[in-house]
Amino acid sequence: MEVGMLPISASKRGKLLAAGYTTLDAIARASPTHLARDIDVSDSEASEILSLATKASSALERERPNGTHTAVVGGGQTAWDMLNEEKFSSCITTSCVDLDNILGGGIKCKEVTEIGGVPGIGKTQIGIQLAVNVQIPQEYGGLGGKAIYIDTEGSFMVERVLQIAEACIEDMAEYSHQFHKDFQACDVKVHPNNILENIFYFRVCSYTEQIALINYLDKFIMENKDVKIIIVDSVTFHFRQDFDDMALRTRLLSEMALKLMKLAKKFCLAIVMLNQVTTKYVEGSFQLTLALGNWSHSCTNRIILFWNGNERHAFIDKSPSLKSASAPYSVTTRGIRNSTSSSKRIKMM
Amino acid sequence: MANKLINQMGLPKSIANIFTARNVITAKDALSHTEFELMELLDVGKEEVTSAMAHVSEVVCPPCQTALLLLEQRVRNECMAGHLPTRLKGLDEALCGGIPFGVLTELVGPAGIGKTQFCLKLSLLASMPANCGGLDGRVIYIDVESKFRSKRLIEIGINSFPEIFLKKGMAQEMAGRILILRPTSLSEFAESLHQIKVSLLQQQVKLLIIDSMAALVLGERDCGASRQQALGWHVSFIKYEPYRYHGVVVTHTIFTVALAIYLRLRTSTFFIEVLILKACRSLAEFSRIPVVLTNQVRSQIGDESRMYSFQAAQSRSIIKDNPATYDSHLVAALGINWAHAVTIRLVLEARSGQRFIKLAKSPISPALAFPFKITSSGMVLLDDDGVEMKGPEISTINCQGLSLSSLAVSSAEYFLTKNT
Repeated sequence: MEVGMLPISASKRGKLLAAGYTTLDAIARASPTHLARDIDVSDSEASEILSLATKASSALERERPNGTHTAVVGGGQTAWDMLNEEKFSSCITTSCVDLDNILGGGIKCKEVTEIGGVPGIGKTQIGIQLAVNVQIPQEYGGLGGKAIYIDTEGSFMVERVLQIAEACIEDMAEYSHQFHKDFQACDVKVHPNNILENIFYFRVCSYTEQIALINYLDKFIMENKDVKIIIVDSVTFHFRQDFDDMALRTRLLSEMALKLMKLAKKFCLAIVMLNQVTTKYVEGSFQLTLALGNWSHSCTNRIILFWNGNERHAFIDKSPSLKSASAPYSVTTRGIRNSTSSSKRIKMM
Repeated sequence: MANKLINQMGLPKSIANIFTARNVITAKDALSHTEFELMELLDVGKEEVTSAMAHVSEVVCPPCQTALLLLEQRVRNECMAGHLPTRLKGLDEALCGGIPFGVLTELVGPAGIGKTQFCLKLSLLASMPANCGGLDGRVIYIDVESKFRSKRLIEIGINSFPEIFLKKGMAQEMAGRILILRPTSLSEFAESLHQIKVSLLQQQVKLLIIDSMAALVLGERDCGASRQQALGWHVSFIKYEPYRYHGVVVTHTIFTVALAIYLRLRTSTFFIEVLILKACRSLAEFSRIPVVLTNQVRSQIGDESRMYSFQAAQSRSIIKDNPATYDSHLVAALGINWAHAVTIRLVLEARSGQRFIKLAKSPISPALAFPFKITSSGMVLLDDDGVEMKGPEISTINCQGLSLSSLAVSSAEYFLTKNT
């Protein structure tokens, strides 16, 4: 029923149906006073319903084959337009060339990326590196944006952020010396404290706070428009223990993931979700798998970090556009960098 | 925060009343429903639900800080910007000052390697006055296996800091700041945690040591289902809710009943571990003190290397199954959930007769291993530069070349030397 599409309360819907208004057209044609009388609501509520109905029915109008409409369905985008957009979409470098290569340039904005791995493999390190790298000014090929770091476990160590920030500034200075030899005054004017200032930190202690925060982020980012990345470390931690009702957990997680996806698209930012691993018994042996399994289908990309011999590797487990490949990286005092081994770099699966 | 009442949040009266009428009292109740469910439950339109929830979310949401603010607070308010120096030069440098405040540090290693010795030294360091480089505070030492020896503590003190310890009354004052608790069960431990939380703010507790965590948790694992249910303890900042096995129809077969009990037991134990973990973490974080836990080891059972599904598919021969190494390759007793939850993991091991302390997991340090020995003044590093270890080897725990009996003897030696 078309009336079921209106975002009004269940009782009002019930009244409309009882009074005989079964289609949007019927509502749209009625006048506010008649409507108010028929379904026994106030005049202002009736005119509200009317405006909702007219909006909805005009959206429907465009669907009906009426000949000369160019937009088939309101709110859509053609693939050609998207291609042009994607060409200019920004990436956030991970400071490791191999990793950037398999990611197609870096962590993409407008997309949600899930990164999982065993403890100690470097998830928080990557998170902190991205929070610093998003701030690289545009002259150096970065986005010049700010970062939001949502910490659910308490694993954010400020000393480490300082180390990585200082290393990043040194790298930028090195870059400017190499490529702008004629500009002596091109010294990097960024101080590590500036970088720390641009990382907004939230410490979340329960799933309630986590959901509340995700809801609040819409308003927060409106006020801080230059946020370009949101890192959640780690996204499923609070959902793993407190729940009796698994179905509710799935619903809440899905809603949270969808909200994050909406934020990504609306404000053109990148969302990175770090996840823990657990073991599961499959096909006769124990295997590692990301916590809460396929908890959300709205993660665009999934990257798994693992040990391959003595090297840390990243593997693209799921992506609509990137090839399944793995690349080595290393965690140094300066942050995430290329792996130092000389063996063949990127392995295609 | 989650338990804030909705009618105290400043929502317009009409909508606040609707929430109460439908039994959505706290913020947690409201946020545990999706928006669509709330629309149906409260019988209001989408826009009203969205704006009400936006308001509730804003109130419940944690405050925003910048990383710079965090750093400045620590530098300003805390000793060494939030670290407890261990006086082991190489280790302190690698840890940016010492054992960090506000996070869990785990010490894992085989029996007799020196975990308790390390803890004793840390207790001394925390109780020392500030002008001698200590934290000038009380220490709570949870001694599950009754390994604490005051004589040994004093011996370490006299040998490491003679100028301080031999001063009149100093030994008594410092030893007087260290409180030893000996819980015999998890429920007792939970009670102590509750009291610790209360006394933390009042009595200047600056360090919490739990020796050993594994003994506490594993000791409880073998009890039957009925005893699990009888654990009615209540930790005030975490509510323990026994797992309610909804909708299980206990059928006639014994198998199903047994399965239900097994699952209940398993999930209960899991919940206990997790609750203790959360309690320790929140204690550490909100009172900004270092918390040190020790963990035991067990032998490897079969090939414990776990792989992802894509790895298993690729190659079967990546990990060679070498049963000869099982006895010398040990594994931490508490599993992967602990590994995720602790921030710093120090592995103590013995290889070819030499003991090493390794920084197995630390977000702020490179993977270094330092050789050490235990002397009359506690743990002493033999090399402050450390050996850099690549790969997952930093996390393995070896016990080669040191039989357990010889380990016991070498520690007992020191108890006997200063017998006067």
